[in-house]
Amino acid sequence: MARNLSMKDAINEALDLEMRRDPTVIIMGEDIAGGAGAQGEEDAWGGVLGVTKGLIGKYGANRVMDTPLSESAYIGAAVGAAACGLRPVAELMFLDFMGVCFDQIFNQAAKFKYMFGGKAQTPVVIRGMVGGGFRAAAQHSQMLTPLFTHIPGLKVVCPSNAYDAKGLLIQSIRDNDPVIFCEHKNLYASMADVPAESYTIPFGEAAIPREGKHVTIVAYGLMVHRALEAAETLSKEKIDVEVVDLRTLSPIDLDTIIESVEKTGHLVAVDEANPRCSIAADVIASVTEHAFKALKSAPKAITAPHTPVPFTPVLEDLYIPSAERIADAVRKQLK
Amino acid sequence: MSDTIKQVVMPKWGLSMKEGKITKWLVSEGATVSVGDELTEVETEKIASAVEATDAGVVRRILGEVDTIYPVKTLLAIIADASVPDSEIDAFLASYVPPAVEEDEEVVDIYSTVTLPVGEIRYAKYGSGDKTLIFIHGFGGDCDNWLFNTSGLADQFSIYALDLPGHGRSVKGFNDASLSGMADVILSFMDALSIDSANLIGHSMGGAISMKTAIKAPKRVKSVTAFGTAGLGADINIDYINGFIGSDSRREIKPFLEELFFDAGLVSRQMIDDILKYKRLDHVPESLRELADTVFKGGKQSENLIDAFKATGIPMTAIHGADDKIIPAAHSEAAKSFAKVEILAGTGHMAQMEKSKEANALIAAQAK
Amino acid sequence: MSNNPFPLPKEKLLEAYTKMKTIREFEERLHVEFAKGDIPGFVHLYAGEEASGTGIMMHLEDKDRIASTHRGHGHCIAKGVEVEGMMAEIYGKVTGSCRGKGGSMHIADLSKGMMGANGILGAGAPLICGAALASKFRGDGGVGITFFGDGASNQGTVLESMNLAAVWNLPVIFVVENNGYAESTSIDYAVAVDSYIDRAAGFGIPGVTVDGTDFFAVYEAAGEIIKRAREGGGPAFLECKMVRFFGHFEGDAQTYRAKGENEENRANKDCLKIFRSKVAGAGVISEAEMNKIDDEVLARIEASVQKAKKDPLPTAKDLLTDVYVSY
Repeated sequence: MARNLSMKDAINEALDLEMRRDPTVIIMGEDIAGGAGAQGEEDAWGGVLGVTKGLIGKYGANRVMDTPLSESAYIGAAVGAAACGLRPVAELMFLDFMGVCFDQIFNQAAKFKYMFGGKAQTPVVIRGMVGGGFRAAAQHSQMLTPLFTHIPGLKVVCPSNAYDAKGLLIQSIRDNDPVIFCEHKNLYASMADVPAESYTIPFGEAAIPREGKHVTIVAYGLMVHRALEAAETLSKEKIDVEVVDLRTLSPIDLDTIIESVEKTGHLVAVDEANPRCSIAADVIASVTEHAFKALKSAPKAITAPHTPVPFTPVLEDLYIPSAERIADAVRKQLK
Repeated sequence: MSDTIKQVVMPKWGLSMKEGKITKWLVSEGATVSVGDELTEVETEKIASAVEATDAGVVRRILGEVDTIYPVKTLLAIIADASVPDSEIDAFLASYVPPAVEEDEEVVDIYSTVTLPVGEIRYAKYGSGDKTLIFIHGFGGDCDNWLFNTSGLADQFSIYALDLPGHGRSVKGFNDASLSGMADVILSFMDALSIDSANLIGHSMGGAISMKTAIKAPKRVKSVTAFGTAGLGADINIDYINGFIGSDSRREIKPFLEELFFDAGLVSRQMIDDILKYKRLDHVPESLRELADTVFKGGKQSENLIDAFKATGIPMTAIHGADDKIIPAAHSEAAKSFAKVEILAGTGHMAQMEKSKEANALIAAQAK
Repeated sequence: MSNNPFPLPKEKLLEAYTKMKTIREFEERLHVEFAKGDIPGFVHLYAGEEASGTGIMMHLEDKDRIASTHRGHGHCIAKGVEVEGMMAEIYGKVTGSCRGKGGSMHIADLSKGMMGANGILGAGAPLICGAALASKFRGDGGVGITFFGDGASNQGTVLESMNLAAVWNLPVIFVVENNGYAESTSIDYAVAVDSYIDRAAGFGIPGVTVDGTDFFAVYEAAGEIIKRAREGGGPAFLECKMVRFFGHFEGDAQTYRAKGENEENRANKDCLKIFRSKVAGAGVISEAEMNKIDDEVLARIEASVQKAKKDPLPTAKDLLTDVYVSY
């Protein structure tokens, strides 16, 4: 049966179902149960925002491992364990913390299969929070998806809703390659109809949450919701917007983007990341390269500015692309 | 509201429909229309269909704009007799109060589950009435295949539409992946819900299951109404069956789904997404394969039920799209000796959706 | 062999000698071949350090895993990786262990428990914690050995991993192959503590320091801590003090060394000479037996070089294989 489930609960359920199905799936991270070695309650936190709550009770401390605050060591251990037959899902609380363990991800996990001539597989998932809006400032709010997407050998996922989050996370765990699973912290509470059963969503297949004829907006993560908001506003002005939700950034579904732009002739690419070498820039470059003749106006990127994420709400709200900025970009294109 | 001024509103097709998009007006202001004339094409997330006039008269105002999405009940046009003065219509519109938007008041959940020997089965329950209809979908379908029918008939009948094992949100597995095993599921479903007897309405494989149920328990089946039904001949478009099972992306599955309809344009993105959502549940492709390998063994229908069903004497209506590309209409024509047969022109395999109005009339006539 | 004073039977001693000699000849030959300009990139040679890798690896099986360093040829050979595939890899041939895509610094064979030489200093330590975790999780009794030099011993990854291994009680042996130089920088300059045993103690890990030029010293020390780790006793730290016969990489003029240092190392700290004199002196293996092995090893290395030179190169289609996403 389908139930209305939050994205946070959908992620928890995906982990639960895969741990039940496959005994080689283990999860690890800082405070994913919480209170390890302390006198108080077990599973005190269940992850800093409670995403992994309840799993230690079902699967025990051998499979739900609290780690020292030591990202290089445990992310590397997850990578090593993956190369040795386990399917670890390591939580990197905020993906901004990639800074202290990036070598284990991009020089190790991402390289093994190619560098060892196809003789290794590394089925590790590194999941964590991305994005702004939590007033968490420069080191806990970034959208670093372009960094991960740049690295061959990594797959990069960023769901926009609970249904996709569950299916994409199950796919990530079953995938034999390292996957960076980006969870937008501002979407944890968003609700969707989610089947109780296990299901997968293949990588490299964009969704079209709204069909339209006049303009294509390409987005992912939280920006899908901003794009839909803009589309709703624009529909009152007789502008019929199509919204493409990328769902996975590597691989990327260029076919769907191009098909849509060939229909609409206009492209606005929205990205919560900083502008240079962003997903938005990449989408625009690809469309320009492959479907230049379909374009009736210059494509437009709507991104965060080239600044760190500011703390104070008034500035952070300016930093994150708004529905209004997106709508304005669309109006300008159609002028 | 003036009796002379008739409103055309965004319809509600099925309980899940909240809004619809006008894709094309089929009439212009000033046109004279009769009851049943198609006024406008509306696209919902499930299917595109036409809004028909429920009153005769002149189309005096067209208010709904093309490519715009409106909530159900939104006023889209005004029909009135030519004699009604414009001023009266203007006055009506000036004082028109749009209906309150139904805030996601938790729609009475029409879906329930029941645990049968085969496992958990999901079903939808609509309406009430002395007579009971049980809707049985076809291969790869689910209870929502009947949305246009269940919503159209709920005011007259007690309606159940279930997801067969291996389908929709029901258990993904079978005790017996055959028509007989499926008939057992229908009978156990009736037992569990204390339905002594019912009119069975089946589509495709579901039609054959209806007939098989009647053969196994003739006292419990009042009538059978079958659309594009299996069980009346050997042919089956096995490329469709294999394509449906084997496809895992929109691009792959779309051409197969288009074979279901006379008008391929009815295959909406939402329909494809819904089918992929189902097909991506764990164990679904394997379950479908297991079922197909029994029911359509060697690329042919494995059971012809004509003689056995005929012997039951249970009344049957067989409705078939003349352009059905999955099971040929000739199969239903072969049932003329014992069933009322309707071949619908310009219709594909999904006759109950493509021609829901005719379908509902035929279902009601057979069940009454 | 009633009068064998060594902790290994004669056939095992012959095996150990063969491995060490294979490593030595492999590296000596690469030193010569590299100078000819036929080998792409750069190579880091393990000559002089053979007793460390071999002394440890004589305790290991395929289920035990090692994470190696940029100076990884010796670890590969000691762990059982075929020299022919290694040589072809170093020449960039499609017949190489990694189909020519890894090269000298990335030779791996996971089926032999060799998780890869590694171009990133200290990167193997977290990985081997994961390998040991997998063994512990499965209860297969496997251990993980991570090698790093005195240079990489200062990497955060190594220190974090020592804590993690202790916290999770993982069967991991941290082996510092201390050849005195981090590239060109002396350990006296770059490592703050005088004794690695003290550093290990800081993580609650037992440490032991051995003469890494003495195969038997390494073998005995490693045996004890590996056995302890296998039985659930947790991680340990082993320092092998040794010498590097060549420079950091081939082409290194080694001007940072003291005058006569290399000659002194070759004369008095050659682990192969030390091994030979011990086993021959005890009358367990004769000089003639070892000379015969030397000839066989030389022939094998010669054949592997000739084959590698003749083997085909990868083609353009190989560029895009073995990677998860192609655009």
